[in-house]
Amino acid sequence: MPSFVIAEKCDGCKGGEKTACMYICPNDLMVLEPNEMKAYNQEPDQCWECFSCVKICPTQAIEVRGYADFVPLGSSVMPMLGTEDVMWTCKFRNGVIKRFKFPIRTTPEGAANAYEDLKGKDLESPLLSTQEAEGYQMPKPKELV
Amino acid sequence: MALPNKPKGELKVVRDPEFEEREVDILIVGGGMAACGAAFEVKKWMSDDQSVLLVDKAAMERSGAVAQGLSAINTYIGENTPDDYVRMVRNDLMGIVREDLIFDLGCHVDDSVHLFEEWGLPIWKKSNEGKNLDGKKGLSMGTLKSGAQPVRTGKWQIMINGESYKRIVAEAAKKAIGEDNILERVFIVELALDKNRPNQIGAACGFSVRENKVYLIKCKTALIACGGAVNIYQPRSVGEGKGRAWYPVWNSGSTYYLGMRVGAELSMMENRFTPARFKDGYGPVGAWFLLFKAKTLNGLGENFAASEAAKNELEKYAPYGTAAVTPTCLRNHLMLFEMKEGRGPIIMDTVTALAELGKTMDKKELKHLESEAWEDFLDMTCGQANLWCATNTEPEKKNSEVMPTEPYLLGSHSGCCGFWVSGPDFDWIPDAYKIKADNGKVYNRMTTVNGLFTAGDGVGCSGHKFSSGSHAEGRVAAKQMVRYAKDHGDFKPEIELTKDQIIDYVYKPVRTYMDNAAYTTAEDINPNYIKPNGMMYRMMKATHEYGAGTATYYMTTTKNLEIVMEMLQWMREDCEKLAAGDLHELMRAWEILHRIWTVEAHLRHIQFRKETRYPGFYYQADFPGQDDANWFAFVNSKFDPKEQKWDIFKKDYIKIIP
Repeated sequence: MPSFVIAEKCDGCKGGEKTACMYICPNDLMVLEPNEMKAYNQEPDQCWECFSCVKICPTQAIEVRGYADFVPLGSSVMPMLGTEDVMWTCKFRNGVIKRFKFPIRTTPEGAANAYEDLKGKDLESPLLSTQEAEGYQMPKPKELV
Repeated sequence: MALPNKPKGELKVVRDPEFEEREVDILIVGGGMAACGAAFEVKKWMSDDQSVLLVDKAAMERSGAVAQGLSAINTYIGENTPDDYVRMVRNDLMGIVREDLIFDLGCHVDDSVHLFEEWGLPIWKKSNEGKNLDGKKGLSMGTLKSGAQPVRTGKWQIMINGESYKRIVAEAAKKAIGEDNILERVFIVELALDKNRPNQIGAACGFSVRENKVYLIKCKTALIACGGAVNIYQPRSVGEGKGRAWYPVWNSGSTYYLGMRVGAELSMMENRFTPARFKDGYGPVGAWFLLFKAKTLNGLGENFAASEAAKNELEKYAPYGTAAVTPTCLRNHLMLFEMKEGRGPIIMDTVTALAELGKTMDKKELKHLESEAWEDFLDMTCGQANLWCATNTEPEKKNSEVMPTEPYLLGSHSGCCGFWVSGPDFDWIPDAYKIKADNGKVYNRMTTVNGLFTAGDGVGCSGHKFSSGSHAEGRVAAKQMVRYAKDHGDFKPEIELTKDQIIDYVYKPVRTYMDNAAYTTAEDINPNYIKPNGMMYRMMKATHEYGAGTATYYMTTTKNLEIVMEMLQWMREDCEKLAAGDLHELMRAWEILHRIWTVEAHLRHIQFRKETRYPGFYYQADFPGQDDANWFAFVNSKFDPKEQKWDIFKKDYIKIIP
C-alpha cells in the first residue's frame, strides 16, 4: 500500500525545521522536490506501508493507496495520532465504515525514565544496571544434564 | 526522454564527498530494538573518559522491525522459568540450539518489559473478574512488576497496545545515550580489522544518505545490530506489493555481511523462517490462533491439522513433532502438504472462531472483541487492515486465506541464523561455548572477532527473543562492550586503508555512474554498469528458482545449489559495476551487495547440511528427513578476509538443560 502525497495539502513543511515525512521514513522513500516544495514517495514498491509518514504529516497530506498488484480500489485506512490514543477510520470498498480508538502510551511524550543518573557498580557481574540496583539474583538452571 | 541523463533523485551525488573521521571507544551500529537496548544500558557502565556513538541508517523514532508497532510482546517469562523457556525454543527449532544463550536471555528479558511499561507502553491486564482490559484501563490493576496479570495469549506472549512501541523505546534510548552521541541517516557498509592486532575490530566505514559525506569511525569495540535479511528471495508479490514483506523491507542482511566480511564465524545460517501469514497483506496470525482460538481449514473445509494423517506425519519428527506445541516449520509442512495435494487454499476460519467466542458475550463485549481483532492488524500491519477493507472482509462474516511467505533470515523470531557468540561465563556452561578474547576473558555476546559483538537478529542458535528479548540482549552486549573497552584501554585502533581508498571504495558506485552514464540515452540501461534494482531482480530470480524459494515449494537439490552458487559468484563479481545516480541509489547499491553475501552464506550452509532439518522451511530432495546420527550438530562457517576463502564445518551440540 504505497503512500502518496496530496499535492494541494503538502506545504513541504515550510514552517518546520525538517520535512517530517523525509525525517521519519525508515526506508528513505519520502523526498522533497525543492522547486515545488512538495514531498513524494520516490520508490513506491519498497514501501512497507508502515504509515510512519501518514502519522507524522502535520497537514494530513499523506495517505496510502493499496498495492496495485493485489488490492482492489476504493478502500482507505487513516490514522489520527494523538498524544495518548490513535483513532483509525477504516473505509470498506462497499461503503462500510469502522472506527477504532486504541491507547498508544500511558505517560506524556518525553517522560520516559532513562535512568540517566543510574551508575552500575560491578562491571564483572552478569547483571544489568537496573537488575543490580534492585538486588536481582541471576537464576541458575534447576537441573543440568 | 530526458537528455542528457540526470541523476534521478533529489539528493544528488558528487564524485568527491566530504570525509569525516571519528574515534570512539564503543560503536553501536543499528537503531532497532537491540541497538536501543544497548543505547539505554551503555552509559550506566561507562567511565567518564570513555566515549560512545550510535549510527542508524534511518531515524531511531521509527527504525527497525518495530517501526510500525506491534500488537504483542512475544517473550515475557513472568510466572514461567528460564528453564522452560529453553525447552520451548529448543523444541520449536528442532533440537539444535545454544541453551546457554537462551537461558541467559530468559534471565534478563523481563527487566526490559518492565521498563517498557514504566516508560508508557500500554500493556493489557486481566481484571479481577478475568476480563481483558486494554493498556489504559488496565493501569488500575497496577504494573506487571507489582504483580498485575498480563493478558497471555500463549504461555510466553502478552498483549499490548503497541502502535508507539518503538517511539517509546527510542525515546528512552536517545535520552540515555544523549543526542550528541547519535548519528542518524548514516549507513555503515563495511567494517575493518585493526592493522596491528590480529582478529581485532578496528573501525566501521559508511556514508550519509542525506549529504555527500563518507565516515570512518574507529573503535575499540563495536556492536552490529542491523536486523535480519528481507527480500533475498523473490517475494510472492512482485509489483508494488514487494514492499509488503512480512519482516521490514529495509532489513538488508547488513548484520551478517558486516560481521562475516571481517571473519566472524556464522552459525546455523541454513535456518530460515517462512511464516504462514494472512495471504498478501501478511497480517499476524498469532492472535487468531491463540487469542481467538481459530482453526485453519483446507480447501475442502477440513481441519487438516487435526487429522489422523497429520498426526502420523508429525510422529515422523518426534520428539519435536509430537510435543504439545507443534514446531513452526512442521505447521508449515502440514499446510504445504495440503496445497501440493490440491487441497488448497488454506483458510483461517475467523467466522466460526468469533461466533464461538460470541456465544458467551453481550453486545458490548462483542464490539470489543471485533475491535481487538482489528487492532491486531492496525498496530503492526496496517496494510492487512486495508486489504480487509478493500475486499469487504469483516472477519465475523468472511474468512481469509493463509499462505506461507517467501523465506526470511533472522535470529530473533522463529529462526536462529546468525553469529557464533559467547554466552555468559558461568561454570555450568561448557568451555566449547565460550570464546576467549585475546586476554583470555569471556565476553557475553562477543563474536569470534575480538571486540565485535552482536545482538537480536545477529546472535545465532537462539531464536524466539522477539522485540523484548532483542532489547535485553542489546543491553547485555552493551555492558560487555564497556568491559571490553576498559580491559583494552591502551588499545589505539589503526586500519590499513587510507582516506582516499575508503572514499573510493564507499563511493565506487557513484564514480562508476558518473564515468559511464553519458554513454547511453536512458540511464538504467548501460553495458558498463548495472543499477541496484536490476541486480535485485537477478538475485531474487536465482534464489527463487534454485535456492528453495516459493517457486519450488521450498525444495532444492544438490544440482540446483551448484547452479545457484555459480550465479551468486557472478553476481558478486558484477557488483563491482554497480552504479548509483543519487544518494538513495547508493544506499540501494550497498544493500544489494549485503543481501547477496547473506543469501550466499545461507545457501552454503544448506548445501553443507546433508539432511532436511526444518521440513516446512526448506527441503533437500536428495537428503529428505532428519539424520540425527550425522547432523545433530551446529553448522558454522567462516569467511577468511585475507585469503578470501570460505570454510564450513560442524560444531558439537551440547545439551545442558534436560
